[in-house]
Amino acid sequence: MEFRYLPMTDEDKSVMLETIGAGSTDDLFSDIPEKIRLKEEMKLKPPENEYALMKELRELSEKNANMRQYTSFLGAGVYDHYIPSVVDHVISRSEFYTAYTPYQPEISQGELQAIFEFQTMIAELTGMDVANSSMYDGGTALAEAVTLAAAQSKGKKILLSDTVHPDSLEVIKTYAKAHDLELVFLNEENGTMALDELENHLSEDVAAVVAQYPNFLGKVEPLGEIKKAMKDKAEKAMFIVSANPLALGYLTPPGDFGADIVVGDTQVFGIPAQYGGPHCGYFAVTKKLMRKVPGRLIGETVDEKGERGFVLTLQAREQHIRREKATSNICSNQALNALASSVALTSLGKEGLVKMAKMNIQKAMYLRKCVIEKGMSLLVDGPFFNELAIRLPVPVREANEYLFDHGIIGGFDLGKIDSKYENCMLVAVTELRSKDEIEEFAQLLGGLDE
Amino acid sequence: MNNEAYPLIFERSTAGRSGFSLPENDVEDMEIESMFEDEYIRKEKAELPEVSELQLIRHYTGLSTRNHGVDTGFYPLGSCTMKYNPKLNEDVARLPGFSHIHPYQEESTVQGALTWMYDLQESLCEITGMDTVTLQPAAGAQGEWTGLMMIRAFHENNGDYGRTKVIVPDSAHGTNPASATVAGFEAVTVKTNERGLVDIEDLKRLVDHQTAALMLTNPNTLGLFEEEILVMAEVVHEAGGKLYYDGANLNAILGYTRPGDMGFDVVHLNLHKTFTGPHGGGGPGSGPVGVTAEFDPYLPKPVLVKNNDGITFEYERPSSIGRVKPYYGNFGINLRAYTYIRTMGAEGLRRVSEYAVLNANYMMRKLEKSFELPYKQHCKHEFVISGKLQKKQGVRTLDMAKRLLDFGYHPPTIYFPINVEEAMMIEPTETEAKETLDGFIETMEQIALEAKNEPEKVQEAPHSTVVGRMDETTAARKPVLKYDFNR
Repeated sequence: MEFRYLPMTDEDKSVMLETIGAGSTDDLFSDIPEKIRLKEEMKLKPPENEYALMKELRELSEKNANMRQYTSFLGAGVYDHYIPSVVDHVISRSEFYTAYTPYQPEISQGELQAIFEFQTMIAELTGMDVANSSMYDGGTALAEAVTLAAAQSKGKKILLSDTVHPDSLEVIKTYAKAHDLELVFLNEENGTMALDELENHLSEDVAAVVAQYPNFLGKVEPLGEIKKAMKDKAEKAMFIVSANPLALGYLTPPGDFGADIVVGDTQVFGIPAQYGGPHCGYFAVTKKLMRKVPGRLIGETVDEKGERGFVLTLQAREQHIRREKATSNICSNQALNALASSVALTSLGKEGLVKMAKMNIQKAMYLRKCVIEKGMSLLVDGPFFNELAIRLPVPVREANEYLFDHGIIGGFDLGKIDSKYENCMLVAVTELRSKDEIEEFAQLLGGLDE
Repeated sequence: MNNEAYPLIFERSTAGRSGFSLPENDVEDMEIESMFEDEYIRKEKAELPEVSELQLIRHYTGLSTRNHGVDTGFYPLGSCTMKYNPKLNEDVARLPGFSHIHPYQEESTVQGALTWMYDLQESLCEITGMDTVTLQPAAGAQGEWTGLMMIRAFHENNGDYGRTKVIVPDSAHGTNPASATVAGFEAVTVKTNERGLVDIEDLKRLVDHQTAALMLTNPNTLGLFEEEILVMAEVVHEAGGKLYYDGANLNAILGYTRPGDMGFDVVHLNLHKTFTGPHGGGGPGSGPVGVTAEFDPYLPKPVLVKNNDGITFEYERPSSIGRVKPYYGNFGINLRAYTYIRTMGAEGLRRVSEYAVLNANYMMRKLEKSFELPYKQHCKHEFVISGKLQKKQGVRTLDMAKRLLDFGYHPPTIYFPINVEEAMMIEPTETEAKETLDGFIETMEQIALEAKNEPEKVQEAPHSTVVGRMDETTAARKPVLKYDFNR
């Protein structure tokens, strides 16, 4: 059998064995105790040629209903947005995707500069002083923000709005176990964090308050009021905001409201849904927290001739230096996806971002109007960024089956996260959904009977 | 490489240019300003660059030419397994039926995806000798943490709350002790002996009723197989501890032996290393975790299972450690790994390790003539040499690494593992041809000669890169982490 990735010839092999002074390659494995040596071939499917494998996998891919073939109204943290063609062309440059972490700056200036530009764009969007080079995704970035805040303020109590993404809350629960944190979940009231409940729980021993912006129900959390309440009753607590960076094209950045840590996911910029990953977390902080940020940071400096260049910096924070003293173990990041988002943001530019953000609002508000016209009600009313929750007369699963038969991927079943949301569908409308698609969607849902 | 000073994208921006093509807004234009409270409407636009599409492409293409990847040239970066990244994998990952599916679609509409995910889990079980695998962890380090959280849950579930320590060798990857710490354990270091292996006596001294686990890479970071692995497993297991396998070096043993057969209980893999998910300039990676049956209840949820209804996610897992990542792992990277495994099969994968080990030993025997080799036995997929001899001539390992850049090579991993002085850790991988290895060996020999005869040539390297050595001290002392639009 030929293997196109393996260049070794019989001739090479014998010359190399002679140099080594070994009789066979088996001799090189003689340090593996006999008892644990694998005696037979592993039971895997036989090797497949390129054409046949591509054919098989293409056929498998066609068994999935994809969002280019169906019209999708599904969001809930992962969105179907416009991806400029340039994005894939840039990230397909193999100098980028076949490189490792840029440990040798002299031959990694391309990657280093691209990520420095990414850090700048994230800082601009969020209104924060410093952004890192990326995290695994928005959910784990939020969990890391919580553990950072706990370590920084030396507290254990974390207040979280239950309008934060449910998967992110689940991840935070797992991280909290490792750090023995006390999580207090604040109920929503009319779709945003209940402020009186927040005030009741705020005290000097609170390490952090966590909100999502816009939140999981599509509403704009009152960041200003949350921060004000924190100032009065829990001055040392960190204010953590998980923000959809596209929404920040229109909404006031969390930094302007005094957020200490802003995280989120840049999947909205140039990264396909791909069944939930890889996406790209971002992590932005105030200057005060600069030396506490998890993950890698790229900094500007000069070379020996005084030419501008970029390097990995403040590495003394990182796991490979701190080892057992580390506060985060994150090692890899999502560099290639950060690059994809940078390219998408460059393509959009200063005006395109605002235009795209506004169009999301326009379309969501248009869907709101259509839904109301068809006699349906909303879980809570807007304004919305690009998501809203609709009350249905039937279970969401049934509605989705009906929509699917009409070529539509319906929304998220909110009943899955809380029984109080039974028959409520969370619907996302991006700039890609046309007027006709929105109207058809509302029409179909409006025709459902109990 | 291109030698001109290179502007930032922000410095190429001109007001009024655009590079986007958004759909027209076809719904009625509503006055949205009045819908939101004024305080929540952004007043100053984010300073994003304004460039045309060609300007954008030239900028990023130019950046790419200032970057070295595996496709550019040899990349023997030890412990990173910089092997070839097959192009088929990239094509498969871009099929719309995989790239444009949403994690919250009904399972019945994504059975094609779940089918290969389940098959990948099964394949990884077979390759590692484990009973179950989760694809959820985003990267190797997250896999480590996930595995340790499961070990913690296992002990606690047995009412065993006193197991607070995780033992790691002094040669371990930095993520090992870091993961142990962030999983709530105390990391304890076990010494390496004169043969580069775990000191069994020291291990015996450290292992007790407080031992939660021993974390081990085998072969270890020196590229040496831990021959006493069965003794180590027995020592740890007898004391009630568990064995954790760091899969960073799995490329050395595919089809020869398996972590499960060595006695490991929990294993993580780096699909972006052994299984060709590209490194992407630092990520994304993927770090699946395999476990023996007794750890099954603790797997992060949801768990992908096969039953009468087809392949489905199981959420009712009361003893689960919980979610470690939103959705179901780095699907796109897992798919690349799956494509690779299907391309190679069992026969191909065994040859991968055979040739990776052969290449490494060949280079080691050639290079030991010019450099100090601290451990003399056959290595596995990588080896460590020391720049001690050259240091006496005034040339440091860092200098030699920089000199390699002049010849178009990415240098080896340097100053790691930390227990070898002036270390250079070399991992050629199986995808490199003998001519490439010979070229690198000759260059290393030449640099050793230069170190002796004209040391300044090495000390002042690199001479041919787009920038010279960077002032990293100032970068750290006065950090500039973003572009200043007011300068």
